[in-house]
Amino acid sequence: MKQIELILGHIGRNTLQFFVQISRFASLSKKTSYWLFVAPFRGKGLRWQSTIDQMVLMGVNSIPIVAIICFFVGLILAMQAAYQLERFGAAIYVADLVGVSMTREMGPLITAIIIAGRSGSAIAAEIGTMKVYEEIDALQTMGFNPIKFLVVPRFLALLIMLPCLTLIADTVGIGGGFFLAMFNLKISFIRYFNETIEALVMKDLITGLIKTFFFAAIIAIVGSYQGFSVNGGAEGVGKATTNSVVASIFLIIIADLLCTMFFYSTL
Amino acid sequence: MNSIMIEIKDLVTYYGTRKILDGINLTVNRGETLIILGRSGCGKSTLLRHIIGLSKPSEGHILIKGHDITRMDEDERLPIVKKIGMLFQSGALFNSMTVGENVALPLREHTQLEQSTIGIMTRMKLDQVGLAGFENFMPAQLSGGMKKRAALARAIAMDPDILFCDEPSAGLDPIVAVGIDHLILKLKKAFKMTIVIVTHEMASVFMIADRVALLDKGRILALGTVQELQAMDNPKIQQFFNREPDPEEVDRNEYLSSLVGG
Ligand SMILES: Nc1ncnc2c1ncn2[C@@H]1O[C@H](COP(=O)(O)OP(=O)(O)O)[C@@H](O)[C@H]1O
Ligand SMILES: [Mg+2]
Repeated sequence: MKQIELILGHIGRNTLQFFVQISRFASLSKKTSYWLFVAPFRGKGLRWQSTIDQMVLMGVNSIPIVAIICFFVGLILAMQAAYQLERFGAAIYVADLVGVSMTREMGPLITAIIIAGRSGSAIAAEIGTMKVYEEIDALQTMGFNPIKFLVVPRFLALLIMLPCLTLIADTVGIGGGFFLAMFNLKISFIRYFNETIEALVMKDLITGLIKTFFFAAIIAIVGSYQGFSVNGGAEGVGKATTNSVVASIFLIIIADLLCTMFFYSTL
Repeated sequence: MNSIMIEIKDLVTYYGTRKILDGINLTVNRGETLIILGRSGCGKSTLLRHIIGLSKPSEGHILIKGHDITRMDEDERLPIVKKIGMLFQSGALFNSMTVGENVALPLREHTQLEQSTIGIMTRMKLDQVGLAGFENFMPAQLSGGMKKRAALARAIAMDPDILFCDEPSAGLDPIVAVGIDHLILKLKKAFKMTIVIVTHEMASVFMIADRVALLDKGRILALGTVQELQAMDNPKIQQFFNREPDPEEVDRNEYLSSLVGG
């Protein structure tokens, strides 16, 4: 009897906790939207300088790692495709396959996952550390809103930089595909290029880029949320950092699923 | 002019289901230095957090210069908050900024002053706390006492009329600690600020307090000048003044049964 009570109590508490977290997360999203989309038009300003700093930190500094990884992803896609297509003498279609899958899916997704690991975790760690050292409280007592000060610049920086990084990722990924086509399949640059252009339609690129706005929002809000929910010392910061990466990757996949259903579902 | 700066009425607050503050009533007059004395964990920091509006009370009201801050939203509170300085227990300097930027931040954000004027004011404030020439240091490069001083410079950057200090001498050696006390005294004389200090240091009490409030288990146990409190024969008050440990009354049987988990 006691065992059952214990288990039920546990489930009850966790469910309650889950909904409390959801409502806090929603409230953070709401406040961020207010400080990003409403407050600047009411003369409350936007912090451009720190937004630009964050764009460099999270965007520009991520270019090398995004480029290297996406080059290899393009290469891998091409290898997998070539293995199948060569048997039918249709090796040129490697260009179509790499082009479409990079722009529609792999470019946005891989970039978002890299940035979730690199910048989402940094957001959680920075805000979490500030929380531990009473810096967030200090901001508030000085009359500064922590969301305007900390969350909005990061959110905006990601919103601008993630699409740019994704464009780089798409290009480099297609480059990776071409690298294989040139050396293994002996396809010339002009032929590969023309085939890619032929295969891609604007919709591929645009649907890929629209997704990145959702991904950027997820990374920024999840990271900030985890940072603000840090309790206790350095250990709490470590936990929040890990949680932010796991949670944002999970939500990114869900958002990707929903977007794909919306754009391409034939049902 | 109204001489009451802060008025706390029937303040009750909980962490979860635990009652932390249990009906606090307290007024602080203009220009006085009130020390809130109490043992670790008795709710001193919690009380301060409520007065400066960082936490909302479960019950009760807090009036600052006649305005009930528990009933205000962020925008309404801003003019009051700008005139309040707070020295946090850990200093709470922004670790990503230099000492100078820390002090300049409120001036940059809340005033229309020229960059050069802000620079001069920043150096003046740092000079007042004895940190002239340290504006380009990062907080991590400062010692504990210097961090407290820098944090104090930031707290007084906007020339507040109320200054709150949470355990200003905690974690400092006695000599540095007395230096901070002297600094607070100096600021008090120079700026005629109303000062509320939370501490468990008796040395600070004797040196800077106009009045003392003794906080115990979330209630105000005694309130008055140092002499008045010293004259009271409540054992809990005397324990503080005479630095006596808790009486050791362990029930042997109860202790044994608690060990075997009965
Ligand atoms: N965020 C919190 N959540 C739950 N309990 C807390 C929290 N902060 C403080 N407490 C508890 O409230 C009590 C009062 O804390 P505090 O005001 O920090 O004490 P003091 O500053 O007098 O040492 C302590 O017993 C502490 O355990
Ligand atoms: Mg405390």
